[in-house]
Amino acid sequence: MCGIVGLLVKKPELREQLGELMLPMLIGMTERGPDSAGMAVFTAPVADDRRKLSLYSGTGTFDWTAFENAARATLGAETILNVQANHGVLETAAPVAGARQWIRAEFPGLHVLSAGQYIDLYKDIGAPAEVADRYDFRQLKGSHLVGHTRMATESAVTPDRAHPFTAGEDWCLVHNGSLSNPYQIRRKLEPLGIEFETDNDTEAACRYFEWRMREGDNLEAAIRSGFEELDGFYTFLMGTRDELALVRDAFACKPAIIAETDDYVAISSEFRSLAKLPDIKNAKIFEPVPEEIYVWRA
Amino acid sequence: MAGLAQAPQIAADSATFDLSRQALRDLNQFLHTGLGGVKKVKVLNPDGAHNIAVGVDAPIDIEVDGHAGYYAGGMNKLARILIRGNAGPGLAEGMTSGTVHVKGFASVSAGAAAHGGLLVVEGDTSLRCGISMKGIDIVVGGSVGDFSAFMAQAGRLVICGNAGDALGDSLYEAVIYVRGKVKSLGADAGEEPMKEADYAAVADLLGRAGLRHDPKQFRRIASKRELYHWNADANQEY
Repeated sequence: MCGIVGLLVKKPELREQLGELMLPMLIGMTERGPDSAGMAVFTAPVADDRRKLSLYSGTGTFDWTAFENAARATLGAETILNVQANHGVLETAAPVAGARQWIRAEFPGLHVLSAGQYIDLYKDIGAPAEVADRYDFRQLKGSHLVGHTRMATESAVTPDRAHPFTAGEDWCLVHNGSLSNPYQIRRKLEPLGIEFETDNDTEAACRYFEWRMREGDNLEAAIRSGFEELDGFYTFLMGTRDELALVRDAFACKPAIIAETDDYVAISSEFRSLAKLPDIKNAKIFEPVPEEIYVWRA
Repeated sequence: MAGLAQAPQIAADSATFDLSRQALRDLNQFLHTGLGGVKKVKVLNPDGAHNIAVGVDAPIDIEVDGHAGYYAGGMNKLARILIRGNAGPGLAEGMTSGTVHVKGFASVSAGAAAHGGLLVVEGDTSLRCGISMKGIDIVVGGSVGDFSAFMAQAGRLVICGNAGDALGDSLYEAVIYVRGKVKSLGADAGEEPMKEADYAAVADLLGRAGLRHDPKQFRRIASKRELYHWNADANQEY
């Protein structure tokens, strides 16, 4: 079991309140996923020639100041670092691939959670309320977000196996369910040079979709090809720089519910996590049907 | 939801629980052991909580003012439960008697494995409505999702809207009445002519559900009984 939450605000003035609106949704999914939680938020973008990398330093102590100095020396003096507990968001004009390579070589304990112009990502083990508190989710601002509460079933409880998973830039995915052919997907993608960081089944789906989009599929076409290639149970919620997308497998074994008003689209595994949203009594509430692709634009 | 046990508000023969302040367990314990002379129980702010009014065994009226989560009205016996909202997965699972009536829609597996009573969903239901039903009557005002009445053993499922794929797959002796389109029938489910008893049954069930349709618009789906006996020549194709 796991919980998924997604929120997209339709009015620019609500972007300031994104985290505050979301917080009861995430905490409301604690019983479905008490062991880890994560949140990807799509913020105002950095300049076209710059990128953000969300970094996780692990549970030990980490010298962020030394890292920041080294980053400025190597990636350019304009590089900026914002640290929140053991997460940091590095903003740089250096190319993402080079920055990733440098971090891996020089700071092997540092894990790159996401990269892009819009996405910030936080994920860690612990109860959703603790994780939200640790990274101050209440303060998150942006147009849309994708969150997850995890009850691990198929791989260990570690921060890197928490959701969301990312691949490429400004792309993330969370999953409620379990895939039965993640290794088949890996065997298909690894010879193409696509690297995996964990043994988690959701990572396989994430890298599969991102690969399809890099090959030229739009999001919908990528998801459609997933109907053929991904075997198992899933409700997937995905985020791109300007979209939220939701899809359920043909058997709809894993729940999902959507509430929409003039102000927001809110998605969750269960209504109880939507119950505290403003004006929920007047929201249009519906259950997404299987194998239909729902996309909302920010 | 507050963790503190608080007594319900009781006036004459009715009681009110507010689940934004009172624990669900207190509600269910009251329904099981604390009713006394109470005949009506109102539940406020259900907010999608699981297991609302499960296992009730008393001829009382329960009104849930909002959306219910998983298993609402499960294992109900005798009670008349009205949900003024939507219901989550497993609505009225295992009900034996009484009624569960949902004004909105219901998620997957509504009425699953239920032995008796009447389940009414005014809106749509998701997949597997009436899966393995064993004697319950279900009336759906809207449409039902795929695999509805899968392995349904006894009882009647009335669908005022459309049905998804594999309706009535591996049916036993339950009977389905459907008014709209059927995307596909499941293995061993077949359409049969409506007889006077069928029109009367549909009229009766629609009347009890408070839904107005002409019974003449419904078609009967029942088991072709070809799966009842092993057929070595079927070559695993059904």
